Amino acid sequence: MAVSGLIMLGYLLVHAYGNLKFFQGPEKFDSYLEGLDDILYPYLPHEGALWILRVVLVGALVVHVYAAITLWRRNKVAAGYVGNTRYQTKQNKTGYQRSYASFTMRWGGIILLLFIIGHVAQMLPNWLSPGGASDSKYERVVNGFELWWVVLLYTIGLVAVGFHLAHGFWSALTTLGQNHSSTRRSSRITAVSIGLAVLIAGGFLTVPFAIFFFGAGS
Amino acid sequence: MNITVRVWRQKNADDKGKMVTYGVENVSEHMSFLEMLDVLNEQLTLSGDDPIAFDHDCREGICGACGVVINGQAHGPQTTTTCQLHMRSFEDGAVIDIEPWRAGAFPVVKDLVVDRSAFDRIIQAGGFISAPTGSAPEANNLPVPKEDADHAFESATCIGCGACVAACPNGSGMLFTAAKITHLGLLPQGQPERDSRVIGMIEQHDHEGFGGCTNIGECTASCPKGIPLDTISRLNRDLLGALAKGKA
Repeated sequence: MAVSGLIMLGYLLVHAYGNLKFFQGPEKFDSYLEGLDDILYPYLPHEGALWILRVVLVGALVVHVYAAITLWRRNKVAAGYVGNTRYQTKQNKTGYQRSYASFTMRWGGIILLLFIIGHVAQMLPNWLSPGGASDSKYERVVNGFELWWVVLLYTIGLVAVGFHLAHGFWSALTTLGQNHSSTRRSSRITAVSIGLAVLIAGGFLTVPFAIFFFGAGS
Repeated sequence: MNITVRVWRQKNADDKGKMVTYGVENVSEHMSFLEMLDVLNEQLTLSGDDPIAFDHDCREGICGACGVVINGQAHGPQTTTTCQLHMRSFEDGAVIDIEPWRAGAFPVVKDLVVDRSAFDRIIQAGGFISAPTGSAPEANNLPVPKEDADHAFESATCIGCGACVAACPNGSGMLFTAAKITHLGLLPQGQPERDSRVIGMIEQHDHEGFGGCTNIGECTASCPKGIPLDTISRLNRDLLGALAKGKA
């Protein structure tokens, strides 16, 4: 979970940074995206680097989901449920200090998976284009994010990314033996995780919000 | 004070079990939680009912025998053992839910008593050092840095009560296992078996049916001895080191 998660996190950082090229205007944005096809060209074939990246990311996602399902099933048995609940009491359902991020890892993860599938489907050339197809990717982005429900779906997806990372990055470093703090809250990595989550979710949201609320690109 | 308790009653391991409500009157706020159960049990005995079975021994907070889930929290609202929890932590007229530790690896024996021998088998799988017999060696021959000694001692205070497993949403016994690995792994005497210890204990932990750790931190928050969460990260570091050396 930790290693596959960190691989995907690394990608998200680059992806969020790349998205900000949107604000440089249609020409720069479209030529940036075309340039991605030729990373390390001629040492790698046309789209070679992208295909390596796609294989690595899909591999990381498959490992991540497989590990999550295995863990989920194992832990459900280990928690000693009586029927559908573990403890009969209705008090303190969230324990002592569980953060919202930590107990929404599973359902949040499912939202993320659906979001990623929908998002990737939109990236296929003019296949799923809410708001209108175009040969310019810049225009497709603008067309899509002028619709309120597209902005809403992306906001839900990206807030889910934020929560997932807020616990996930911290948890990954702990799993890899790098956490030296005595409690969940006192951890210095906690602050870094939350910062990273806000940075990534916020970074991605700037483009749809700029288009929908401030009319950028139209 | 007068309180109402809802207790998990289960005749034996095969019984389905259910919550049963009892009223307890004239409870002194200075009573410990277990003394309140003693009073309730006297009432039950006088009325011809079966008294509630619960584990307890020293009642001083150091043996690790007692432990029930009170209102959904292992050992109740204070960071201490159930025997050191006092009724002043509850309000007059409170409804208190009392349940046994819940974990696949801790089957219920009767009422609030669970079988925690899985912990003993984890210790047997590596929670020891090989010490030569004979007279005690000169203590100053084996210097231990103060910081290491303090950390090791902090982990050694684990009393094996099982609250970490009961509080963990995954039923994981990682804090218990990590406490022993940290305790021995920080001291020079623990070095020869350091790799085989972590691998043996983790294998036994998984074999017993404890869950996997997802770093929620409920274990540390519920631990009456305040075993810190970094012990789990230290366990992971030892495990990665042992695996890298091909010791599995």
